[in-house]
Amino acid sequence: MTARSVRAVAATMLAATLLTGTAACSAPSSGGDPGRAADTAVVGIATEPESLSPLLGYGKDGNSKIFDGLLTHDANMRLRPALAEALPEVSADGRTYTYRLRQGVKFSDGHPFGAKDVVFTYRTILDAKTNNASKTELDAIQGVQARGDDTVVFTLKYPYAPFAERTVLPIAPEHIAGRQDVNSGDFTTRPVGTGPYVLTGWSKGEKIGFKANPTYWGGEPAVKKFTMVVIKDDDVRATRLRSGELDGAILPPALAKALGGKGGAKGTARTLHAAKTFDYRNVTLPTAHAVTGDTAVRRALDLAVDRTTMVDKLLEGAGKPAYGPVPTDSPWFTAGTERAYDLDQAKRILDGAGWKTADDGIRTKDGIRASFPLWYTSGDKIRQDHALAFASDARKAGIEVKTEAGTWEVIEPRMKTDAVLAGGGSPADPDFDQYLLLHSTLAGDGFNNMARYDNKTVDQALLDGRESGDPAARKAAYDTVQRELLANPGYVFLTHIDHLYVVDDKWEGLTTQVEPHDHGLGAGPWWNIENWKPKRK
Amino acid sequence: MAGRRTLFAGPVLLTVTFGVFAVAAMSPFDPVKAYAGTAGLTASQAELDQLRANLDVDQPLVARWWEWLTSALTGDLGTSSVMRQPVGDVLAERVGWSALLALCAFALAVLAGTALGVLAARRQGGPLDRAVSALAYTLEAAPVFWLGLLAIWFFSIRLGVLPSGGLTDASDDVVSPGQVASHLVLPALVLGISQLPWFFLYVRQGVADALDEDPVRGARARGVAERRILIGHALRSGMLPMLTLIGSRVPELITGALLVETVFSWPGVAAATVQAATSVDFPLLAALTVSATAAVLAGNLLSDLLYGLADPRVGFDG
Repeated sequence: MTARSVRAVAATMLAATLLTGTAACSAPSSGGDPGRAADTAVVGIATEPESLSPLLGYGKDGNSKIFDGLLTHDANMRLRPALAEALPEVSADGRTYTYRLRQGVKFSDGHPFGAKDVVFTYRTILDAKTNNASKTELDAIQGVQARGDDTVVFTLKYPYAPFAERTVLPIAPEHIAGRQDVNSGDFTTRPVGTGPYVLTGWSKGEKIGFKANPTYWGGEPAVKKFTMVVIKDDDVRATRLRSGELDGAILPPALAKALGGKGGAKGTARTLHAAKTFDYRNVTLPTAHAVTGDTAVRRALDLAVDRTTMVDKLLEGAGKPAYGPVPTDSPWFTAGTERAYDLDQAKRILDGAGWKTADDGIRTKDGIRASFPLWYTSGDKIRQDHALAFASDARKAGIEVKTEAGTWEVIEPRMKTDAVLAGGGSPADPDFDQYLLLHSTLAGDGFNNMARYDNKTVDQALLDGRESGDPAARKAAYDTVQRELLANPGYVFLTHIDHLYVVDDKWEGLTTQVEPHDHGLGAGPWWNIENWKPKRK
Repeated sequence: MAGRRTLFAGPVLLTVTFGVFAVAAMSPFDPVKAYAGTAGLTASQAELDQLRANLDVDQPLVARWWEWLTSALTGDLGTSSVMRQPVGDVLAERVGWSALLALCAFALAVLAGTALGVLAARRQGGPLDRAVSALAYTLEAAPVFWLGLLAIWFFSIRLGVLPSGGLTDASDDVVSPGQVASHLVLPALVLGISQLPWFFLYVRQGVADALDEDPVRGARARGVAERRILIGHALRSGMLPMLTLIGSRVPELITGALLVETVFSWPGVAAATVQAATSVDFPLLAALTVSATAAVLAGNLLSDLLYGLADPRVGFDG
């Protein structure tokens, strides 16, 4: 055999191997699924929960799909009965909540649901041995008892007006979850509930699969199969949406704008859904710092930030200026507390308070330079952009803000004196967010009240808002809080950020709820996937 | 040799696990904060303290390590705090998929690298050699992450022939061999191709050197068939450096798999490793590190054994 023929044979064999290899591999492929039925939905999400057990905190804000709470929210975030037959009866002193339970409801394994399951769920979460990091939210509960098999009574340590909002948390079956280790048992990965969907498989880091629960008390959902695919990287998620593998996904503004409304890979149209949120970004102004603790500096910074430009440039219009924890389109917002960008007024306030501009353009007062550090979490693009924009706006008023990036481990020990680009927001009730953010007794308690804001008027208003059962009195209390934040800002609120989703145009009646800061599995247009109907062609 | 190496592996593994515990204990990450996640941002201090007590993370380093070790030796690997399930379950669910991916990629890199290397060495400076060498140097520098995205763009979007991620189709609940095979192609291809340049360049150089040696010249002069020279002699001695490479590429393969698993949402151990590390999840981290160390030791042993087989001059106990 000549050299040439050896080479030819080798080359042919290599080529043949590669070809058969590729052919064999691609034969069963189905990249993208053009003919996927309309009763199947696949959506891309960015993060997955650590556990699917409500006892460890899964689904505590409602919309858990596998489970139901005593109550649930409608599209406008109003409370509706779910496992309870009606909204609770509240005693006159606001410390006893009585729930009458829906009859005939069964867990998806056929076992009937009853009052003992509710009592079991709440008692287990409150048990010190249960590693549920959110149990602080149920702090108000003193006890929970079953009265017969169809009534559950909660007694509270103090009158707590928003308590009913907490009872959207999912109910676990005692006959399954009660027989195993609550922190690591099977139930954390293979839960059983009363909800519209039944878990079919959870491959951590890859996807969570659900199928419709045929015996759901609210009627069998029209979307029979529902899959959440976990894709951390924004670009990969966008790519897989484009290739037709996903029917919908959460995306950052730039990618969402590029994909929304465009024709899909298989000729389907896609719609951009922008969910309004309570998700704010703010700058903490630590009371203990000589510069940020000065009310004049706080007020000046509050006026010197150009919120509108931040919304337009950083969020590409997907958001709105924030003047406090409550977004401007919420019924809890206090009209008249909006403030326009007013650099001149900011300068006048600083001049009046004795902050004199030095040669380098930075103000000083009594030998103190108007300068402070601002930390943001490294890797978070949106926070970084906000921090840089804030620093640039402050510079125009003669205040130097030195931005620095770090992880929470680096930032946390410095929170007492250094400013932080923080975020938060909880739409269900103003108390959830504001009490933790502003009450002076919680100053420096974990991540609560990071700025160590201390304002007696605000403290009292927060207490009134928390305890009063009268909606008008509560509104007045939260109005007081927002006005106080105008006179003495402990934080500079910058923006409320819309959450953007792109979904194929295959279903009818898609809506979004007002969303909180962190979006769990229940956020997004699929918050009520059990009510979706396939579009008729 | 194998026996001696196995004896030696024990102390190495012990040292490595202790090292992992020590480094994790020194890291600034707080296991309680990691466990609590976003809920920790609104939890009260009392609640966080209770969690700290429940998770049992305040014991001194040596005590924790000893406790882990003694229970691991009895077969109890402990409970992963980040996955909320026993470590044994986490490994059982994931290790197989990672091994499958790594083996396919490795086989691809070794086989294709060798074949291309021999062809290139046969005609050094020829068009094939120049094209493949240039490509190999480019690939050596290309980030795996980027290769992955490129592969998804080309095969999944432009051609639409291969799925772009996951173990099975997103809407499929049953893990069938056909589904896994088609979903394995892209990640294995990307991981394999990222490793291929090393094997290609080593084989090419080794074979080219061997072809220049006196015995080959002599054989050629005696009219021995070119194929016998190439395969019987040059490939055999050219493979030697590559056999060493097989063992030393195992750690690279593990880190490469990490990125590939992330890009393709492949449910292997890689993602779990990162989560375990940043959450200071001692039991899971220790188990994963032991597995990775064992893989590296086994890789080195394998390459030494192969080396001995390929070259009779190398004694197994030298």
